[in-house]
Amino acid sequence: MTGLWHLLKSVLEANALVTALAVIGCVVWVSYQLSARMTRGRVHGSAIAILAGLLLAYLGGITTGGKKGIADIPCLAGIGMMGGAMLRDLAIVATAFGVRLDEFLKTGLSGIVSLLTGVLVSFAVGALVAYSFGYRDAISLTTIGAGAATYIVGPVTGTALKAVPEVIALSIAAGLVKSILVMTLTPFVARWIGLNNPRSALIFGGLMGTTSGVAGGLAATDERLVPYGAMTATFYTGLGCLLGPSVIYFFIRLLVE
Amino acid sequence: MAIYGTALLACCLLCGLTAGKLIGSWVGIDADVGGVGIAMLLLIVISGRLQSKGWMRPPTQSGVLFWSSIYIPIVVAMAASQNVRTAVSGGPMAIVAGTMAVVASFALVPVISRIGGGSQDSDSVIKEGETQ
Repeated sequence: MTGLWHLLKSVLEANALVTALAVIGCVVWVSYQLSARMTRGRVHGSAIAILAGLLLAYLGGITTGGKKGIADIPCLAGIGMMGGAMLRDLAIVATAFGVRLDEFLKTGLSGIVSLLTGVLVSFAVGALVAYSFGYRDAISLTTIGAGAATYIVGPVTGTALKAVPEVIALSIAAGLVKSILVMTLTPFVARWIGLNNPRSALIFGGLMGTTSGVAGGLAATDERLVPYGAMTATFYTGLGCLLGPSVIYFFIRLLVE
Repeated sequence: MAIYGTALLACCLLCGLTAGKLIGSWVGIDADVGGVGIAMLLLIVISGRLQSKGWMRPPTQSGVLFWSSIYIPIVVAMAASQNVRTAVSGGPMAIVAGTMAVVASFALVPVISRIGGGSQDSDSVIKEGETQ
């Protein structure tokens, strides 16, 4: 039996990226099943899957004492490669495919205002919270602010600015909290904030930015609003990745240093 | 062929990251300034041009779409390889930061809805939505 395990382990370790694809596929499948059965789709499968990922990273950290989460377990090292900056950036850029600039420009001033406000306010709030928790360097403040924008803008900004790994992990956690809250709270606050027409859905997407949160939240409110909110939300990540490690970082550096 | 689309995507990313590094070195920091964002803009503009010329055939598109569809699993892998054990000590901060960002953004929806949109404007958009 141990002979068979050793054989299997050597196959898994020698094909690390393939192993990662198989394991992550299973994690995603289980998460989407949980989403459909336990929450009736109210919490989107992607949020549960990312939460499961963070949980695995925690377990990996406890068992190995390493710094790369579950990827510190030798036969799961491929997960570090799959989730590394290289493939991550490639996949993020690919999500911009099919987005039409002219369609967005048609939404006019309110779309652009909501996007800029959404990105800047999230950065400001995140950075202020980080400051009140004792962070004082511009790189950490910007990275956590970026995490308050989305769980993608956080690590992209953090990697670009060479933030320490703990701060990057925190930024993902902040973005995840935001995504889950938007998903679950949107149906309840929809009436108060006038979220019942395409125009306000466009503005909502631009302000929130977390695509999974916006899509999940709007789907639970009124499915017809999803494409409007999702369209502006797709620009948010791009804008956040563009402004975060540049203009916003310089501004924050100017303020604290 | 699918590889044409993937190659286009790869070139956009490489150009974006190079541009980001260049901007970084111009402003005197050893970091990538907005590289991924620049790459996204490049892909939107270039693929838009190619599509309007009819040069983005479905197989070529599938070379980009595959990567966009595997985005969430890659994010899950990214989450699974973070230093969460150390970050847990800062957990309350992550929760406060995420929550505050959501509260602030929710509050701004009605404020911005009032900008630039007369009642006529929003009425017309509602009709458009209902026909879908």
